[in-house]
Amino acid sequence: MSKTILSVDDSASILQMVKLTLAGGGYSVVQAMNGADGLAKARGGGIDMVLTDLNMPVMNGLAMIRELRKLPQCTGVPIIFLTTESAANMKQEAKAAGATGWITKPFRQDQLLAVVRKVLGA
Amino acid sequence: MSGNDPAQTYRQEAADLLDQLEQALLDLEHTPGDADLINTAFRALHTIKGSGAMFGFDAVAAFTHHVETAFDRVRKGEVAASEPLIAVALAAKDQIRRLIERPDDVDGAEGAAILDRLAAALAAPANTPPSATTTWRLRFRLPRDAMAMGTNPLLLLDELRSLGACTVTADTSAIPPLEMLDPTACYVGWEVVLVTDQTRSAIEQVFLFVLDEMQLDIQQLSDRAPEAKPAAPPAHADAAAARTGSSIRVPAERLDDLMDQVGELVIAQSRLKQIAASSRDIQVKAIAEEIERLALELRDTTMGARLVPIGQLFGRFRRLVHDLSHELGKDIDLVLSGEDTELDKTLIERLADPLIHLIRNAVDHGIEPPAQREIAGKQGRGRIALAARHLGHEVLISIGDDGGGLDRALIRQRAEEQGLLASGTYLGDGELFQLIMQPGFSTAHEVTAVSGRGVGMDVVRRAIDSLRGNIDIASQPGQGTEITLRLPLTLAIIDGLLVRVGQGRYVIPLSAIEECVELSAEDDTRSRGHTFLNIRGSLVPFIRLREVFATGSEPDPFQKVVIVSAGEQRVGLVVDQVIGDHQTVIKSLSKLHADLGAFSGATILGDGTVALILEVAHLVEHGQQHVDTRQAAE
Repeated sequence: MSKTILSVDDSASILQMVKLTLAGGGYSVVQAMNGADGLAKARGGGIDMVLTDLNMPVMNGLAMIRELRKLPQCTGVPIIFLTTESAANMKQEAKAAGATGWITKPFRQDQLLAVVRKVLGA
Repeated sequence: MSGNDPAQTYRQEAADLLDQLEQALLDLEHTPGDADLINTAFRALHTIKGSGAMFGFDAVAAFTHHVETAFDRVRKGEVAASEPLIAVALAAKDQIRRLIERPDDVDGAEGAAILDRLAAALAAPANTPPSATTTWRLRFRLPRDAMAMGTNPLLLLDELRSLGACTVTADTSAIPPLEMLDPTACYVGWEVVLVTDQTRSAIEQVFLFVLDEMQLDIQQLSDRAPEAKPAAPPAHADAAAARTGSSIRVPAERLDDLMDQVGELVIAQSRLKQIAASSRDIQVKAIAEEIERLALELRDTTMGARLVPIGQLFGRFRRLVHDLSHELGKDIDLVLSGEDTELDKTLIERLADPLIHLIRNAVDHGIEPPAQREIAGKQGRGRIALAARHLGHEVLISIGDDGGGLDRALIRQRAEEQGLLASGTYLGDGELFQLIMQPGFSTAHEVTAVSGRGVGMDVVRRAIDSLRGNIDIASQPGQGTEITLRLPLTLAIIDGLLVRVGQGRYVIPLSAIEECVELSAEDDTRSRGHTFLNIRGSLVPFIRLREVFATGSEPDPFQKVVIVSAGEQRVGLVVDQVIGDHQTVIKSLSKLHADLGAFSGATILGDGTVALILEVAHLVEHGQQHVDTRQAAE
């Protein structure tokens, strides 16, 4: 059974690029367009990892991560956030919210796969 | 056993060599390049190939040849004993073992695949001596909530391993007692010795996402790889040589002493287990579990040491059948099977007499004289089959003949004459045949020189009873008789189920137990009239041990039924409480109590009190009689 990754981003092009990359690495991808949507899909269970943008409408990434960590089905699930600001304070804040790691935009496809493999295993 | 068969000798030798090969390969993984180990591996392969060709194991020789060639090249330093090469050599070793032991069901494609992998491993660039590797020592401890936050320590360790050779030690000292443990928290710290050509920052990169919150201490231990280890210490060679010696002779008494001591150890261990169960100290629990595991392994090993193949006993009977059939003017083949079935040594010694008796019976009364056989349309030459096999925790030994079979009418007539059976009683075959094992019973028309001197099957039965075994008899008129002895594997220790009836505790041998069910209130009251239980559609009679043992106290509100079986019969034993499984060291009862059929012995429980061991066969018989009297009354 391939592992399922929840990809949350308000940019359709990023979503598509992430999906192509991860599908190529043998993972299944579930997509969501904002934090609230992502949270709803995570509640359904069966998610092995979350990959999320931080800046999104309706519910931003930080708020979603905090809510995700309250779900029992998300205990121990790696949450990786995408950030354009490589600023340390953003990382600190996201980690404090419960994120596992990050990836800095812009990224290459192989970098994305490497990070996913690092926290999720092959 | 055929000690003179060269093929058998080769199999034995090859098995030893394959073990040596495996050891050498596994050791090579840790000390690649050790010349002694490479030589050991090469020599083992060489001998397996050479002798294999001589004794007709051509497939083995052909296959081994390729592996031998590979190791010849390793020996000459042309190829490195790389990890992939060792892995494929281990696979090849297993393949060789299969080729030797079960040549008929070996998958040729698998062999070809292994050879392909072997070729690939040889073609891979030889592991050039690692360039400027450094040995690092890492000590790290993750934030306590790291696992909950999605960091998997296992993946971090895997990532470290991908950098170079790793030795990982876990520091478990911070793990709290179970009741205070948060299952999602990370309490373990790790110490890793890593030999790699990567830089410190590459190592830190592994911990990228947790670096800020974790404790990480990286120390450089040395600049270069530890130079190739000094030639393997001589002790190593000695150990390898010692492994080749495959068997030693030990006086039987020593094994008996050992078994006694293991028995005592098992008793002491079950006391410890009881204390540990009521303790909150996690250390005590851990030690108790460790000791339990060791004691059980020790028990199995010790029992294993006492096992000998039954073939040596069977061998004696060839002569017996040959001589007897001559004496009686019969022509009989003895067919043996399952000679390598292993049994406790004492058991084998005590089986000799009953088996001789049964074989004599088969030769004398079972197989008809040739003339009579021909009238019945059978071959003049009779056949006696002696077979042994394991079934669960029991050994089945069967003696079958293709003679005339037991004469039901005659058995019934004799039994009625001798007052063993009320006339007109209904009996199934199984029960009717059991009658021939009553003392003094004999149906032989004439007393021959061979058997039938008044010593009948009752002697056999007593002997088998004393070994806690059972006898099943099956017979078809005109087609023959088969007598099956069912015996426990060993005499000294059994696995039992501890139950409570009133205040008393009893052990039921686990091998006899089929299942435990609750006696529903409905069954309980309804069964006042007839004691049957409906187990998935079949009726099983049950007996209340409270009544059998005349227990005075109040019964527990929820009675349990332990369904036991003996032969084809099943009986439910109603008990107050099922306590749990229990390692039972059997102590025989004193002479005073030896006649109590319901108990086969006693055992000492963890708290020092005594529990009696129930004799299931006797209780089943008792239960069936119960049924029979009721059936007769209805």
